[in-house]
Amino acid sequence: MSSVRVLAGTRKGAFVLTSDGKRDRWEVAGPFFGGWEIYHMKGSPADPDRLWASQSSGWSGQVIQRSDDGGQTWEAVGNRFAYDGTPGTHQWYDGTPHPWEFARVWHLEPSLDDPDAVYAGVEDAGLFRSADGGQTWAELPALREHKSGPSWQPGAGGMCLHTILLDSSAPGRMFAAISAAGAFRSDDAGQSWRPINRGLQSEGIPDPDAEVGHCVHRLAMHPARPGVLFMQKHWDVMRSDNGGESWREISGNLPTDFGFPIDVHAHEPDTIYVVPITSDAEHFPPEGKLRVYRSRTGGDEWEPLTRGLPQEHCYVNVLRDAMAVDSLDECGIYFGTTGGQVYASADSGDSWAPVVRDLPAVLSVEVQTLP
Amino acid sequence: MIRVVLPAHLRTLARVDGEVHLDVTGLVTQRSVLDALEARYPVLRGTIRGHDGGPRRAFIRFFACEQDLSHDPPDDPLPEAVAAGTEPYLVVGAMAGG
Repeated sequence: MSSVRVLAGTRKGAFVLTSDGKRDRWEVAGPFFGGWEIYHMKGSPADPDRLWASQSSGWSGQVIQRSDDGGQTWEAVGNRFAYDGTPGTHQWYDGTPHPWEFARVWHLEPSLDDPDAVYAGVEDAGLFRSADGGQTWAELPALREHKSGPSWQPGAGGMCLHTILLDSSAPGRMFAAISAAGAFRSDDAGQSWRPINRGLQSEGIPDPDAEVGHCVHRLAMHPARPGVLFMQKHWDVMRSDNGGESWREISGNLPTDFGFPIDVHAHEPDTIYVVPITSDAEHFPPEGKLRVYRSRTGGDEWEPLTRGLPQEHCYVNVLRDAMAVDSLDECGIYFGTTGGQVYASADSGDSWAPVVRDLPAVLSVEVQTLP
Repeated sequence: MIRVVLPAHLRTLARVDGEVHLDVTGLVTQRSVLDALEARYPVLRGTIRGHDGGPRRAFIRFFACEQDLSHDPPDDPLPEAVAAGTEPYLVVGAMAGG
């Protein structure tokens, strides 16, 4: 019988949550790396037992952990993230030039077909790759060296490269998103990049439809329809039907179009999920009601999903990397909150139940569907 | 024999319990002690100071003999009591860092 393994990275450690395909009874393992921030964990599509974790702390910086047995044991691998050459400057919060400085790995994106290869999206924004199981890391500098780089500015959480999407249908095509620079696309495996932000409107920047400078919070793509991209921006939920060449707003009837995560149903490429958050200042759900919103029409028309979720006095946030979907026949949806809950739905979002309630603040959630 | 005390999060990372005991040849300095520590436990590279002996991380401090050595030149000799193994060299996570 199939099973699922949910990887939850939290502010103070990592947790591995497992269940059979019914997804109604869970085993919770952890904390792994207690006391450390786990910004992200993800399993290799090419070898599900190979897991990656980004471990960091204010004291001791960045560590990368690798598991070769599905998260039972872990080994620290290489943690040297050196920008290629002499990195220049980007803009600091006050608009002055600021040298590029490595802070942490926000996101790890394993190769689709090589268990030893993995990409890392880092703060200050840069893209790294390891081809030797994480022992060494090399920057793909073209993204950071884009001519617009000196104008990029950090979002409130830092200038992070937080989204990496690999397109299995087009060798060499990948997408990246940076807060607050925007979305970028490469068609040559990261050797060159161009901004793909046409159609975005951001009132928080001097030129609302500038080529770069947008605070993109998250991108999502269905692997069977890679030309269609979905975006949760600082404000606005957006859709592109041409690989990012242009975007249109699909916020529709959402109660607020501010939020962080966005994800796509495993079997229905036009079914998408967001978690509306009140505003950029009030990072909690409107009216204290935790509601996932689902669109079955690829946007514009949204329905609230509330069954099993707290509908009063709930003031948590759901961060950008903290939602994931499994690929069982009845698609499972998962998300974690800054209040330490991990919620799961085994019926495409119709109903929800907490897998665990009292973890440290959840930074990321990924799920593996296992045979 | 040099005695080194690591903060709890680095003991966990290095998978050690209690003090670390190191043999350091030549002059006993902060640099030579940290070099020996990282040679024994490569996983600690980059977590106390920059790679290749780079500067101390901002929220890591070095104490010994009730003195804060964090700002001392890394090639200065450590106190005789540390070199003799009667006092430990303390790697400390600053109170602001967690």
